[in-house]
Amino acid sequence: MNSPSLEKLTEICRDVRADIVKMTAAAGSGHPGGSLSAVELMTVLYFKVMNHRPNQVDWPERDRFFLSKGHACPVVYSVMARAGYFPVEELITLRKCGTRLQGHPSCKALPGIEVSSGSLGQGLSIANGVALAAKLNKKDFRAYVLMGDGELQEGQIWEAMMTSAHYKLDNVCAIVDYNGLQIDGDVEAVMGIAPLAQKWRAFNWHTIEIDGHDLAQVLAAFEEAKATKGKPSVIIAKTIKGKGISFMENVAGWHGKAPNSEELQKALDELYGREN
Amino acid sequence: MSIKMLPTRDGYGNGLVELGATNPDVIVLDADLAKSTRSDWFANKYPDRFFDIGIAEQDMVGTAAGLALGGKIPFATTYAVFVAGRAWDQIRTTVCYSDLNVKIAGAHGGISAGGDGATHQSLEDIALMRVLPNMHVIVPCDAIEAKKATIAVAGIHGPCYLRFAREATPVFTAEEDFFAIGKANVLQNGSDVAVIACGPVVYEALLAHDQLKEMGISARIINMHTVKPLDEEVVLAAAQETGAIVTIEEAQVYGGLGGAVAELLVKNKPVPVEMMGVMDTFLECGTPEELAVKYGFTAKDIVAAVKRVLARK
Repeated sequence: MNSPSLEKLTEICRDVRADIVKMTAAAGSGHPGGSLSAVELMTVLYFKVMNHRPNQVDWPERDRFFLSKGHACPVVYSVMARAGYFPVEELITLRKCGTRLQGHPSCKALPGIEVSSGSLGQGLSIANGVALAAKLNKKDFRAYVLMGDGELQEGQIWEAMMTSAHYKLDNVCAIVDYNGLQIDGDVEAVMGIAPLAQKWRAFNWHTIEIDGHDLAQVLAAFEEAKATKGKPSVIIAKTIKGKGISFMENVAGWHGKAPNSEELQKALDELYGREN
Repeated sequence: MSIKMLPTRDGYGNGLVELGATNPDVIVLDADLAKSTRSDWFANKYPDRFFDIGIAEQDMVGTAAGLALGGKIPFATTYAVFVAGRAWDQIRTTVCYSDLNVKIAGAHGGISAGGDGATHQSLEDIALMRVLPNMHVIVPCDAIEAKKATIAVAGIHGPCYLRFAREATPVFTAEEDFFAIGKANVLQNGSDVAVIACGPVVYEALLAHDQLKEMGISARIINMHTVKPLDEEVVLAAAQETGAIVTIEEAQVYGGLGGAVAELLVKNKPVPVEMMGVMDTFLECGTPEELAVKYGFTAKDIVAAVKRVLARK
């Protein structure tokens, strides 16, 4: 795949945001908030960082991506479509009966999804397992896993954090979409996870803190993680839930609610300007 | 005549060791119970392919899922009650929904963890695993069959659950006996009634067969080591040819082998069925022998159930 410039990535991010609101609006349900917060993270990962072949999903040498916060599949579907895994036109089938784009991702339905997810807290363990297999087989591929901040309340994550460090899985890169909101409200009010970076460090992880909407910072963080040997890396990406759509930004209510047609038009106007 | 006694978990350990020699993709995981589950027999020989995940069953199952995605054949091992219960969602959503090639071994199943009491007696695992799409459920009857089952699951694709017992139980099958996943073994032919059993209690069914014979009752004894997929042909033939069925398993009476047999028969060949198992209750501590007597897992209990079912014919 050609490596796009940051300017080009900015354009892709805008199209991905439009996809997310269009898909969820057409479905009448879905999770726009935590998809919009991860747009830069996923776009940089799929267009700049991962070694993968959209036309050969079972390529054994590919880097693996696991969406632990499965509800954020709209952003992953959009990035996959725009990277060439399937036609962009198919995005509008999200959540429709018979679609390959299940409401939470199914690896049986859609080639290119590594594993089905949707029950929170499980992705890091899976990434550890595939990373162990890579080490055993002397393969160089890496395992990436995107987690939500609210998701970190699941105990299995902390079990898996120990495992990654214990087995020195430097081919694991965790990404925390730290948007600060979950369904019931502020993460810190529902069940606090701060101080987050200190916790990861205490679990023997190489910890990188960035602005998750700054493409250059995101790219640099992935490069730093890749260069870190002997321990796993986590990118704690400070983000804004609903980022890019003014009325969705920092509103927990947009976690799992689709825009209506008026809201969709308003969102697209914001992304592309009135003339669109 | 004395019979050799071994726990079925020993068969698991032996099976793993053989797989270690023949299949480099086999990986074994445990959750801090490697000595108890016999996975340490593999670990001692193949330390590079053994990973202790610590006391973290959910993480162990997830790690196994990742290993399977990486082309390995992982055996995630711990006590049945912990893996089938605590890690059920990981088994359901990650392993079974994705149809991953993960093998799950539950040790200390049934009443064999006697002295530990109800917390450690796994009585729900068969039902919990059987209800999952894509899952295979296998309950070997003795240490020899346990070894064969362990080796066999590595040879098929997809999620498999193997259940083993802690206590030494009679070794009554032979190395040369036929074993195939999904194919029941008819151990005794009979025409008045069929007893369908899984696990070490199959031996009690064989003892019951002899006692029934003395009473002039011809009992067919079926070792249904694979609870899922059920060997429907053998069950339907038994119903057709004997007209009365008794099921027995060291598990809750609801949802397990008895449930599977009853579901099949009620649709196809309704005949009287007596389902033996734990009667919707938690047990207590005691030796496995004491519990077997108190809660009805002996040959004498099977004979009584046969008489009940024959009275309903």
